[in-house]
Amino acid sequence: MNPCSRIFWLFLALAVLMVAFAPLPQVQTTPSEHTFRIKAHSFEFSPAEITVNKGDQITIELTSLDVVHGLYLDDYGLQVKADPGQTEILTFTANRSGTFRFRCSVTCGDLHPFMIGKLHVGANLLFWRGSGLAVLAIITLWALFSNNSNGARITMKVK
Amino acid sequence: MTTFKYNLLQHTWIKKLATNRWPLLILRSIALGGFVFVILVGILGTPIGNHNFAIVAVWIAWWAALMLLLVPFLGRGWCAVCPIPMPGEWLQNGVVLGPGKNSQGKKRRRFPKPLRSIWLQNAAFSLLALFSVVILTRPLVTAWVLLGMILLAVALSLVFERRSFCRYVCPVGGFIGLYSQLAPVELRVIDSQVCKSHAEKSCYQGSENGSGCPWNVFPGSLTVNTNCGLCMECLRTCDYDNIALNLRTFSADLQPQNQSKLDEAYKAFIMLGSALVYSAVMLGPWGTLKQATSQIGSLPWFGYAMALLALTWGLLPGLFYLTNRVGLFIAPTPHPPHQTFTAYAVALLPLGLTAWVAFSFSFVFANISYLWPALSDPFGWGWNLLGTAALVWTPYLTSLTPLLQMLVLIGGLIWSSYTAQKIAGECKAPHQAWPVMMFSLFVTILLLWLLIA
Repeated sequence: MNPCSRIFWLFLALAVLMVAFAPLPQVQTTPSEHTFRIKAHSFEFSPAEITVNKGDQITIELTSLDVVHGLYLDDYGLQVKADPGQTEILTFTANRSGTFRFRCSVTCGDLHPFMIGKLHVGANLLFWRGSGLAVLAIITLWALFSNNSNGARITMKVK
Repeated sequence: MTTFKYNLLQHTWIKKLATNRWPLLILRSIALGGFVFVILVGILGTPIGNHNFAIVAVWIAWWAALMLLLVPFLGRGWCAVCPIPMPGEWLQNGVVLGPGKNSQGKKRRRFPKPLRSIWLQNAAFSLLALFSVVILTRPLVTAWVLLGMILLAVALSLVFERRSFCRYVCPVGGFIGLYSQLAPVELRVIDSQVCKSHAEKSCYQGSENGSGCPWNVFPGSLTVNTNCGLCMECLRTCDYDNIALNLRTFSADLQPQNQSKLDEAYKAFIMLGSALVYSAVMLGPWGTLKQATSQIGSLPWFGYAMALLALTWGLLPGLFYLTNRVGLFIAPTPHPPHQTFTAYAVALLPLGLTAWVAFSFSFVFANISYLWPALSDPFGWGWNLLGTAALVWTPYLTSLTPLLQMLVLIGGLIWSSYTAQKIAGECKAPHQAWPVMMFSLFVTILLLWLLIA
């Protein structure tokens, strides 16, 4: 292996480790309070996506416009239930960053299992790390096969 | 190049187990009983999907077992125990156990030659996909679909020889067969010369020991798993003890010399495209899209149907075709574009399978807890047979799921890219794989965005 190759592979290994594990700089914001009025009806939450910063104090006012609906927040394990025409309140601190699905937790009809919304807290590092690792995987394979391509054989059939 | 293979049949007890008809009959009978029960529950039970055993057992429990275990590790393992062809096979053979009087299947017609491909399976899967949200959530619809499948299987077995339904029509069998090429299990002959010189071809024609291959395959020419249903019938009929059930490396079938055909290439796009669409519809936050998929016959549903068909039958294959043209431009070879299209489509199989695994993680972990009450109260009639009827819905592993999905998808991307490079290497045009890898990267990032962003 020549020195250039070594440097390339070392750089690639470092890049993989950094993308996978390095803590990325977070935008420092003063925690603030947010209130979201979420309407639940016809198997959808409206708004279906809410975005906050890590550390923010969140209040969700869940109002059901048709049947009984619930809201269960993945990973946080919090839930609230609202009867038709009623509003129920869920308050919590967004102390975990990432994207979290919230789901209806009360069987509300046919499409109940698909009644889903998303809470985005800060940057979704998992998505960016995943995308970065995917790109690095392609680069690694390209480099590996470029080194080995001289020995390739040809046997592909032409029908 | 020698590849790892380990013949499980060298162990006498495994061979006895595989040759004996009883173990498979027992498993298939249990499956048939479950199948009939699911149809009954679907028809008679509560119309609320996640409280009805039919929906929970089929679309959550069975689906989880199929996509997370059976297909990745056993290939067509499910087909070996699938109850759908059983009644038809009994009628065809004239007996429940054994080869029967019509074992050689000569009294039935061959399936029409123009339809001997998986185009029908592609069309059947797409047709079901258009109604999938309704099928997945309404017990009665699930019951009618399952009943329809078994009746169609019986009807076809009365007219056509062997398991024509499984081989050419079953919408599930189509993708299981395609992805079975990735599984670390295969049934092959030990020495193909023995098969060539064997005039009787009892494995294909049948004998007093068993039926001719129910899947209409001559085992001596098997090079890929796609059409082998692992029924073990050839093991019983082979006069020379020439059948092996091998453990092998994953995706050992994805060799350039085992080129897929256009129908199989299209199946890869249909499956990949459907995984994208299902991730958006069932796991996304877009309520309007969900409504559109369930309002059958409405204008929004037609829009959804057109979009699904356009993506799976037009956009993805078209984009991939262009990708291949770029590959041929970068690294010209004498192969015509349609041939590189089908050759490189094979490279998408690992990504397709991992896309379905990643999708299934979200869907299954979030909903599997509906199974516990459904086991106690399958019909939703207020029973409490196992004392689990009151257990509340609890999504499992929600913090781990996105990480698992990311790892599985990146694994699929690496696996697909490696396969593309292998194909390109065989063509002595390693740079031809580049655009295919870019296509795979694009689809992977799209899936990551849909599933974890």
